[in-house]
Amino acid sequence: MSTKDPSRGLLVSPIRNGTVIDHITAGEALNVLRILGITGSTRECLSIATNVESKRMGKKDIVKIENRELRTEEVDRIALLAPQAKINIIRDYKVVEKKGVEIPEVLKGVVRCPNPGCITNTNEPVESTFEVLPKGLHCLYCDWLIKDDIANHII
Amino acid sequence: MYHIISIRDFERRDLDYLLDRAQEFDTGDYRPGILDDKLVALLFFEPSTRTRMSFATAMARLGGRSIGVDSVEASSIVKGETLADTIRVVGGYVDAIVLRHPKEGAARLASEFASVPVINAGDGAGQHPSQTLLDLYTIRQSMPIDGIDVGLLGDLRYGRTAHSLALALSLYGVTLHTIAPGGLEMPANIALELRERGMEVVEHSDVQEAIRDLDVLYVTRIQRERFPDSASYYNVASSYRITPDHLAGVKDRLMILHPLPRAGEIDPAVDRTPYARYFEQASNGVPIRMALLHEVMK
Ligand SMILES: Nc1ncnc2c1ncn2[C@@H]1O[C@H](COP(=O)(O)OP(=O)(O)O)[C@@H](O)[C@H]1O
Ligand SMILES: [Mg+2]
Ligand SMILES: [Zn+2]
Repeated sequence: MSTKDPSRGLLVSPIRNGTVIDHITAGEALNVLRILGITGSTRECLSIATNVESKRMGKKDIVKIENRELRTEEVDRIALLAPQAKINIIRDYKVVEKKGVEIPEVLKGVVRCPNPGCITNTNEPVESTFEVLPKGLHCLYCDWLIKDDIANHII
Repeated sequence: MYHIISIRDFERRDLDYLLDRAQEFDTGDYRPGILDDKLVALLFFEPSTRTRMSFATAMARLGGRSIGVDSVEASSIVKGETLADTIRVVGGYVDAIVLRHPKEGAARLASEFASVPVINAGDGAGQHPSQTLLDLYTIRQSMPIDGIDVGLLGDLRYGRTAHSLALALSLYGVTLHTIAPGGLEMPANIALELRERGMEVVEHSDVQEAIRDLDVLYVTRIQRERFPDSASYYNVASSYRITPDHLAGVKDRLMILHPLPRAGEIDPAVDRTPYARYFEQASNGVPIRMALLHEVMK
């Protein structure tokens, strides 16, 4: 999927319009897509490069999504898995906007509460809601604390 | 609108305010019939005689009325209906809803869909704030809560009353002593939260080691179903049972509390000692619930 041109660095299928998520923690590209709600059955044209060399990070992952500009509230949840990630908005082959990701204060509908007794795991019309604390994700319904392995709890 | 959902929502001054109000109701310092135009729904989706009766009693003492469903009828109203819908409908009938539900977070959800205040009367293994308030109230009747030594004995892993009491006590500079059988210790994240709130938490392996330093010993139920077999249950239960023998050399003001019902955790012989305060504690459910009902509907 990716080819390396020694003279020019990375050349991964240039896109005309869309979003490039660069500097993803190595190995997290697929989880980043999951947390964005982009699954295998997506209609988007995607390129994914994992474990590519990076001067800054040693190894990193990159995701490119054609014809879709991700909104800030969509991308901030990426910070849970890849705090260094950079979002590049591409228009007409050029990077027109570049931003980091910030961990949101509250995550709605992003991770499933691991507590089987939690009201968010029923057929009630309610989204899982976690506040993001330094020690982990705290369920605002049942007080469960997710301390690690957040990727495994992504809905 | 004012909901009563979780002890975590309260600051020290909110708790003190409610305890002061409860005291006024307790001493008869209120206008009779103060809620005589109000109607409360007691929605109990799980059996509970005590909590339900004490809310009904509190409402009646304030001159108000309650309508209610118990677990049997409740399960039929919800046939295929979500709690959210039930709450929206019932909220159109009454001035406040008291909810007991088996799922954790049910009361928080209800508060999001209700057009009237919601009081959480226990949500599964989650919160039961009126129990915590009556525990605090009982302690405060005998001594200022600040800086005392409180022992929590029994099932500190699953026992929600112990967790939420500990959270509330962390606002009063209390030193917490935990005494729990192996496997039923307080979960690490709760102990961490208490310490983050500045509480000193001391773990003990047996009652005898801690009891002489305590001002309050809060005993909780050890449930048979937490153990693989009867033998290991009886073994643990008997070694955590409070008997008059434990009470030699304790502080004069020691109070023994228990959220009731008790199984075998406290020998009935302890009932006759001045330390036994659990029946008084149970009766304090009424003034506390009067204060809560009044507060949300006044
Ligand atoms: N038109 C494009 N199509 C695909 N990827 C692009 C395009 N333009 C830039 N990129 C990629 O977006 C990221 C950010 O680009 P840029 O700002 O030029 O580089 P850097 O952040 O490394 O200084 C890089 O990974 C680059 O390969
Ligand atoms: Mg670069
Ligand atoms: Zn939960």
